[in-house]
Amino acid sequence: MKAVITVTGKDSMGIIAGVAGKCAELGANIVDISQSVLQEYFAMIMLADIDELNVDFAQFVDELEAFGEQKGLSVQAMHEDIFNTMHHI
Amino acid sequence: MIETRDILETISMIRQENLDIRTITMGISLLDCVSDDADVLCDRIYDKITTKAEKLVETGNKIEKKYGIPIVNKRVSVTPVSLIGGRIDRDGYIKIAHTLQRAAEQTGINFIGGYSALVHKGMTAGEREMILSIPQALAETQMVCSSVNVATTKAGINMDAIALMGKVIKDAAYLTRDNQSIGCAKLVVFANVPEDNPFMAGAFHGVGEPDTVINVGVSGPGVVSSAIARAGDCDLSTLADVIKKTAFKITRVGQLVASEASAALNVPFGIVDLSLAPTPAIGDSVAHILEGMGLESTGAHGTTACLAMLNDAVKKGGVMASSHVGGLSGAFIPVSEDAGMIAAVERGALSIEKLEAMTAVCSVGLDMIAVPGDVDEAVICGVIADEISIGVVNNKTTAVRIIPAYGKKVGDSVDFGGLLGTAPIMALREYSPAKFIGRGGRIPAPIHSLRN
Repeated sequence: MKAVITVTGKDSMGIIAGVAGKCAELGANIVDISQSVLQEYFAMIMLADIDELNVDFAQFVDELEAFGEQKGLSVQAMHEDIFNTMHHI
Repeated sequence: MIETRDILETISMIRQENLDIRTITMGISLLDCVSDDADVLCDRIYDKITTKAEKLVETGNKIEKKYGIPIVNKRVSVTPVSLIGGRIDRDGYIKIAHTLQRAAEQTGINFIGGYSALVHKGMTAGEREMILSIPQALAETQMVCSSVNVATTKAGINMDAIALMGKVIKDAAYLTRDNQSIGCAKLVVFANVPEDNPFMAGAFHGVGEPDTVINVGVSGPGVVSSAIARAGDCDLSTLADVIKKTAFKITRVGQLVASEASAALNVPFGIVDLSLAPTPAIGDSVAHILEGMGLESTGAHGTTACLAMLNDAVKKGGVMASSHVGGLSGAFIPVSEDAGMIAAVERGALSIEKLEAMTAVCSVGLDMIAVPGDVDEAVICGVIADEISIGVVNNKTTAVRIIPAYGKKVGDSVDFGGLLGTAPIMALREYSPAKFIGRGGRIPAPIHSLRN
């Protein structure tokens, strides 16, 4: 199973490293990243394998969100099923 | 493979366009709680609800977190209490109402529905007592919702029940006069009431349902509105397709949440209700969809046609997205709960008569309409009888949730806050239908009810 992690906010040094570090700490394995910076605005979508999470999914969501808040970013993790269900028959 | 475009679309639906799951409603049968002792009955009701729904709120919160989509309400609907209270008196019914309130508080849910009676063909003495207890029950509780089914296409219209409901509504308005007659906002009069509706105030757990069941109601007027805006100046066939595709996506989320809740709680999945349910929030209005489709204001001539098309497209899109569709399933047009409807009434574009016509082509009926507090009881009965006839003759659900706001007159408004919103007081015709209502008896079922 995978989670879709979206990260948006003002660009600064070390955003990808920070989010990736947090994922590794919680047991999520990043399998894909798409990222862009428009002017000063940073936007990233990550796909992470969550089969080996060492916390439950709700806590994973909360920890990423809290991490984002510390850095002035919006970090949201959602289970992939909502996208699959909505966009694929 | 998940595409970036799809991810962004879903996230923008949730964050910018107010896509949410309006409610996960757990239906709970109370038939096995019956007793001729009101205290025993109430103890059993409390135990059953608090056991079965113990983890409902927690489960809802977990699903909300997992998919990142708000689940606004967690609710419980129960067997109509008139069916389990045949051996108790009016005080006993009031005890049941308090029990439902306590159970709702204990489980942490937002509303509990089922303080209800089904009297479309006639009523027993017990059902009459139960109906007469409604105003006090609503005045003394906060989360308990009540409904009375007074007609079906098969049975015709019970005009004695409608006459009684005129009094009950006025009494409920009076008893909750210190709170803008809010009691009436928790009371619905139905024709052809569905037994699996997850939406309040009309939810109850029907007699044909299993012991417990999970029903889900989605919401997404903002999403449909935005999709229509993006479609630009296309023709109506194209527009219908845009609405269908959007409704499909919204409903798929409802189905996902319903399956997940059903599995987590080990309770069978019942239905997804396809209704477009507005809220008073900006960008979450059914009236604004109609205006996006090309009306200068909701209430303009053309509104009924517009709504008919919207309602049909929502169903066509939604029906393939869910394994079981039920409940009310149509666009809701409550006045107080929809910023666009409120604005249309305030600018004088939308009258009761137009709303009544609109209810012929959508769910549900004259909903959350505030009228002057001194309106004659018979006039309220006339409003109900008209609306109920539309449902009976057209073989559909219709309902009336009308608030004769005590001490208020045209030009005033009532403000309930939250999802119930703000309602400007609307004018009613004052000519009296009293003699017609006073005749009593039943309006026979229409000829096309004879389908066998």
